Amino acid sequence: MPGVISARGLRKTYGDVAAVDGIDFEVEAGESFGLLGPNGAGKSTTMRMIGGTLDRTGGELEVLGMDPGSERPQVRAHLGVVPQQDNLDEELRVRENLVMYGRYFGMSRSVLAAKADELLAFAQLEAKAREKVVNLSGGMKRRLTIARGLVNEPRILLLDEPTTGLDPQARHVLWDRLFRLKETGTTLVVTTHFMDEAEQLCDRLIVVDHGRIMAQGSPGQLIREHSTREVLELRFGSARNAAVVQQLKGVGERNEVLPDRILVYARDGEAALEEVAARGLHPVTSLVRRSSLEDVFLRLTGRSLID
Amino acid sequence: MTEVDSTRLVYSGDGPDHGDMAVRARRSGVWFYAETVLRGMRAFALPILLYAVAQPVLYLVALGVGLGELVDRGTGPVGGVDYLVFVAPALLVSTVVMSVSAEMTFPVMSGFKWNRLYYGPVASPLEPSQIALGHFTAVMLRFLLQGLVFWLVMLAFGAAPAGWVQSVLVVPIGMLAAAAFGAPLQAYAATLDDGFQFSLIQRFVVMPMFLFSGTFFPLAAMPPYLHWIGWISPVWHGTELARWASYGADLSWGMTALHLTFLLGCTAVGIWFSVRTYTRRLRS
Amino acid sequence: MSATTTGAARGTRRRGIPSLSSLSSGNLGSVLERNMRVIRNQNWVILVSGFFEPVLYLLAMGLGMGALVGSVTGPGGRPVEYAAYIAPALLATSAMNGAIYDSTWNVFFKLRLSKLYQSMLQTSLGPLDVALGEILMALFRGLLYALGFLGVIAVLGLVTSWWALLMVPAAVLIAFGFAALGMGVTSYLTTFQQMDLINFVLLPMFLFSATLYPIGVYPEWIQWLIMGMPLWHGVELMRQLSVGHFDGLTWVHSLYFVGMTVLGLALTTLRLRKLFLR
Ligand SMILES: Nc1ncnc2c1ncn2[C@@H]1O[C@H](COP(=O)(O)OP(=O)(O)OP(=O)(O)O)[C@@H](O)[C@H]1O
Ligand SMILES: [Mg+2]
Repeated sequence: MPGVISARGLRKTYGDVAAVDGIDFEVEAGESFGLLGPNGAGKSTTMRMIGGTLDRTGGELEVLGMDPGSERPQVRAHLGVVPQQDNLDEELRVRENLVMYGRYFGMSRSVLAAKADELLAFAQLEAKAREKVVNLSGGMKRRLTIARGLVNEPRILLLDEPTTGLDPQARHVLWDRLFRLKETGTTLVVTTHFMDEAEQLCDRLIVVDHGRIMAQGSPGQLIREHSTREVLELRFGSARNAAVVQQLKGVGERNEVLPDRILVYARDGEAALEEVAARGLHPVTSLVRRSSLEDVFLRLTGRSLID
Repeated sequence: MTEVDSTRLVYSGDGPDHGDMAVRARRSGVWFYAETVLRGMRAFALPILLYAVAQPVLYLVALGVGLGELVDRGTGPVGGVDYLVFVAPALLVSTVVMSVSAEMTFPVMSGFKWNRLYYGPVASPLEPSQIALGHFTAVMLRFLLQGLVFWLVMLAFGAAPAGWVQSVLVVPIGMLAAAAFGAPLQAYAATLDDGFQFSLIQRFVVMPMFLFSGTFFPLAAMPPYLHWIGWISPVWHGTELARWASYGADLSWGMTALHLTFLLGCTAVGIWFSVRTYTRRLRS
Repeated sequence: MSATTTGAARGTRRRGIPSLSSLSSGNLGSVLERNMRVIRNQNWVILVSGFFEPVLYLLAMGLGMGALVGSVTGPGGRPVEYAAYIAPALLATSAMNGAIYDSTWNVFFKLRLSKLYQSMLQTSLGPLDVALGEILMALFRGLLYALGFLGVIAVLGLVTSWWALLMVPAAVLIAFGFAALGMGVTSYLTTFQQMDLINFVLLPMFLFSATLYPIGVYPEWIQWLIMGMPLWHGVELMRQLSVGHFDGLTWVHSLYFVGMTVLGLALTTLRLRKLFLR
């Protein structure tokens, strides 16, 4: 199957700062593709270049076989965009926001009348149809922005941190709906800070930092490649962690000291914990868990995802 | 929770065609965005309408009749007509230019900054140039309405003796003057990051333009070293044309051409710059 | 614990008129200090630019219109040059405009958007402190502009009497009245559209209050209407001071503004209390 988005050596610089510093990736039709990275990694910049609203500095980029840098309106007609920052039209009412956005795509009013109702249902905002946008809560605005991105029945949906600001229930509802969109053939490109979201939503993802790709693959693959099966978390109290880590050498495959705890990467966490006790160390708390993307992330970037 | 049929939301091939969308947006995108701006104005419909009606009535009663009384007792008729007739077309031009100075400052700013209104549509097939032109077009349509109301009030006061076929031209003339000031202002506002310059523009550009552009008295009544203000002011060029339209004031073909060239030139240059600044800013 | 306190609180509420100590902490100085800091941080061009508006009006109307109008009947029936006729009116108008701007738009932003008052009233400050702090700031600016304008008209040779010096305190009084009332009214407004309505009141007031021409041209009932408006009193007061002509009306004009100030302050204080200290 041919890629619907392909980037080769994609670059964007602002003065001396390379926001995106030569990245390559391929997104396939119907898959859900994730961009993961800490603040300032270049995720939004990449999304905007794909969306044809930001000129690239270098490299090649194709979306559905077109160049979003020159065939902008054609490219954008196929895309649904949910930007990181909501930019709803606060001078219009909720339903009008959907209708007018559809008008920008040249859709007829009769088509849009039905469409707006479906989208209001999608966003669970039927009761707010005539409300002013300013009177919506943060999460409601977010849902409206997401619904707005679907107005043109896009082939590809670009979601920049879609669930930021949503309550847990709304997140799960949204994940479910995005999953169904994907099942019915829409390609999703998602950026996120949330590990669980990446694991739930993404078939494949790239981890970016400082505008470069650190790793790529499916969530499971990444964990297998860059982490151990289990992780042992030990807390000795903030003051002692750094001192104790010297005495942990050889326990597990690798250790990582965070400000509040020590992570011991091991295939068998319980065994590692026994070994720690055998060395006469008594942590305040200890926890054995399975490895997650968060650990991959720490390994690759040396930073926590949400900083 | 309502069940949502997600198959109706995705691309199925029998819904609207994306290629068509791009073509339609390219053809009529300016109007699509203009419609949004007009809908936004609807929240202000009542003040806008009140203003459109009350402003000409108040100005004509106060300045045309009240101040006119003083002038009639002083020098008598100005430019061969009653003061009311003299000042009415100039007030039309001045008031639309003052309105455009409000429409093309804070709303442009909130397109880029506060509400980021422009950033939604740029992700659709609309181009930044179409957003710039769409905003401009909507504002001009507002002045079409405002100008028409003013003209009707002038007729009711008997302040447009040239007959309605000729005097209705004050409406497009007013719009042209508003465009000549509004387009460059839009381009300038699009380059700013905060709005503090706007109150300076109001005080150092709009206010002097209102006062020194031959609105209340002929340019010749001022000392010659102040005449340049009129020459670079869209209000003066518009006013001269409007005076011809409303009461047949003397206007040579040469001067007509000059006024029109100035106003059209300012409009064209302004539009060119705003398309450029909008494109740069919305794509960076 | 608090049978007595709640009883006392209920007592004050029933009486309706709150005690002074519940309205003010006596710490007005801190509010003024904060406001002076704002002025210092503000772009000075904006501060200075407010001074130009009446001057531009005076130049244009005095020079240009003066040529068409000639001289006009001033206070006491004496003829005066047109520029000298409108100069005091413009000073009154600019005192009004400045005070209204500071007490309406400025206050609206702080009240509804930046929530500054809300945070101030979380401290020991009382509503009267906040209101007075805001209004005194408007007066301070008004004082600066009045001094500047008086200097300009003196240089232009439009001042003929030492009494004209009294125009400065008169400008402050006029500003006080408008600022106090303006702030009280603003506390009722919640949307930008409503704020626009303020202009609907100001524009006709400026156009009809004998600023640019005597009101004698209008039928009597309209004249009475105009004479009820505050700006007319401000304009007439200024005009009398500018030539040193006094009569019984001088008192009427002055007391009008004293009354307006007291009413405005009372309204503003009660409203701030109601909005924030329920
Ligand atoms: N308009 C701009 N001008 C200058 N630098 C910019 C601009 N936009 C982004 N940058 C810089 O580019 C880099 C990448 O920014 P980007 O917004 O793509 O990060 P991100 O991965 O989306 O981060 P976040 O998780 O915080 O959203 C940052 O260093 C940022 O400061
Ligand atoms: Mg981002």
